[in-house]
Amino acid sequence: MNLNAILAIYRFELGRTWRTLFQSLATPVITTSLYFIVFGSAIGGRMAEVDGIPYGAFIIPGLLLLTILSESIGNASFGIYLPRFTGTIYEVLSAPVSATEAVIGYVGAAATKSLILATIILVTATFFVDYSILHPFWAAGFLLLVTLSFCLFGFILGVWADGFERLQIVPLMIVTPLTFLGGTFYSIDMLPEPWRTATLFNPIVYLVNGMRWAFYGTADVAPGVSLAATLAFMAICLFIINWIFRTGYRLRT
Amino acid sequence: MDSVISIKGLRKTYDAGTEALKGVDLDIRRGEIFGLLGENGAGKTTLIGIVCGLIRATAGTVTVDGHDNVTAYRAARARIGLVPQELAVDMFGHVRHTVEFSRGLFGKGRDPARIEEVLRSLSLWDKRDAKIGDLSGGMKRRVLIAKALAHDPDILFLDEPTAGVDVSLRRDMWALIGKLRDEGKTIILTTHYIEEAEEMADRIGVITRGELILVDEKRAMMEKLGQTRLSVGLKAPLAALPPALDGLPLTLSDDGLTIVHQAGGEGESAEVAEILKRMIAADIDIATVDSSRSSLEDIFVDLVGGKRS
Repeated sequence: MNLNAILAIYRFELGRTWRTLFQSLATPVITTSLYFIVFGSAIGGRMAEVDGIPYGAFIIPGLLLLTILSESIGNASFGIYLPRFTGTIYEVLSAPVSATEAVIGYVGAAATKSLILATIILVTATFFVDYSILHPFWAAGFLLLVTLSFCLFGFILGVWADGFERLQIVPLMIVTPLTFLGGTFYSIDMLPEPWRTATLFNPIVYLVNGMRWAFYGTADVAPGVSLAATLAFMAICLFIINWIFRTGYRLRT
Repeated sequence: MDSVISIKGLRKTYDAGTEALKGVDLDIRRGEIFGLLGENGAGKTTLIGIVCGLIRATAGTVTVDGHDNVTAYRAARARIGLVPQELAVDMFGHVRHTVEFSRGLFGKGRDPARIEEVLRSLSLWDKRDAKIGDLSGGMKRRVLIAKALAHDPDILFLDEPTAGVDVSLRRDMWALIGKLRDEGKTIILTTHYIEEAEEMADRIGVITRGELILVDEKRAMMEKLGQTRLSVGLKAPLAALPPALDGLPLTLSDDGLTIVHQAGGEGESAEVAEILKRMIAADIDIATVDSSRSSLEDIFVDLVGGKRS
């Protein structure tokens, strides 16, 4: 194991975050705060409880995921796309670094950033809404799993993308809509058929409900199913990354 | 012969169908400067890319110090430093950090003293905290060299080290490469500036259209393939070569005003002296004497041109 290489990539990536501290951390915090102000305080104050949870608190797990998913994808994809774009990737490819080591470095750094962000968001939320976490260990573990899965997914996108537009397409066109429709702002039981059934095909539903169960002990989907869905997604991402390095897809011609 | 890199039967066909390398065999000797000479698109960068692990070979093997560069890639790559052709640098990064990053990437622990040594040897120490994007092109190139040297490799690949570099910087670069060789490093440089290969290399390989058509000592190559041309202008035209010059490989121009001697190989300088002596002895009035040796450029153009036709 080339630990020095993992550390070098990890430090380099976090260094990049440090240089762009404002965009990296302040922007998502401001965005999430706006959601809390509008949906949590302003509108939430006039809404009934959902599943026995005040509306402001009900949306926290979903809002947390909304930010973490897009930031994880964004950071991890940019982390590997940028060296491909500027050509500096040559160094990683010519170094005695295995695929696993490179992925640990890049994905580890992106995940670290997401977890820091998650902590900041949860602290920010306390300024707007009263809430407590029922299963903190489950919440932390589930958050870690989701973060790693989506950082892996972002890494794949960063390898696949052949332009900056493509880098944006998946988070903007797929992940954000699915998160909005995935029960972030409502319980899927509030939906009429056939939308309720259709929603069950949205993978984000399982993530949001897994997180909500960890927070409040109640969810539309059993927590075991949420966990299984997340693990399955992670397994698919690992499989694709393995394929990328085996075939050299877009990395080694 | 102590060979540090051994390339056997190397082929590369890109997905688009381009055959970039058509079975290259090459041994690089320890401690030499090897110049890989070829036109743009001849396959130089592909060859370097395969040895360094950036490109996958379609067929063939590469061993670096006895380590196969695919099955034992860690041992093989750890010995190599690569300076790419493009100025691929993290524009927002800082000089010292990027060199430290390179060292870590190749598995070496932090060593500020060694980093300082590398930066000083490349006159970059004063710029250690500068943003790379703010440096001049020549300095960026030196940062790339510092990155390649950060893990103390034995072998250094320089892909077109002086492309787009002005004359004085090019001289500096050559001095630097010479210094690295004196430190015991094996250096492989590609170039399409013939002057550069002529100036720097101990041995030269000529590559064209994916084939290595010639590998030889630079001096031997110039002796074997070089030509000396002596042309003597006369004050009065001659109808034919005088008998005094019999037995010498000379030709008389159609107007009878120039005698031309053309020969390959070394040792013709004695012949030149002999020709002039005999001409003076034969009372031939000489107006001008013009002598030229073919450069590596002429040899290269002949070789590549011959391959093409």
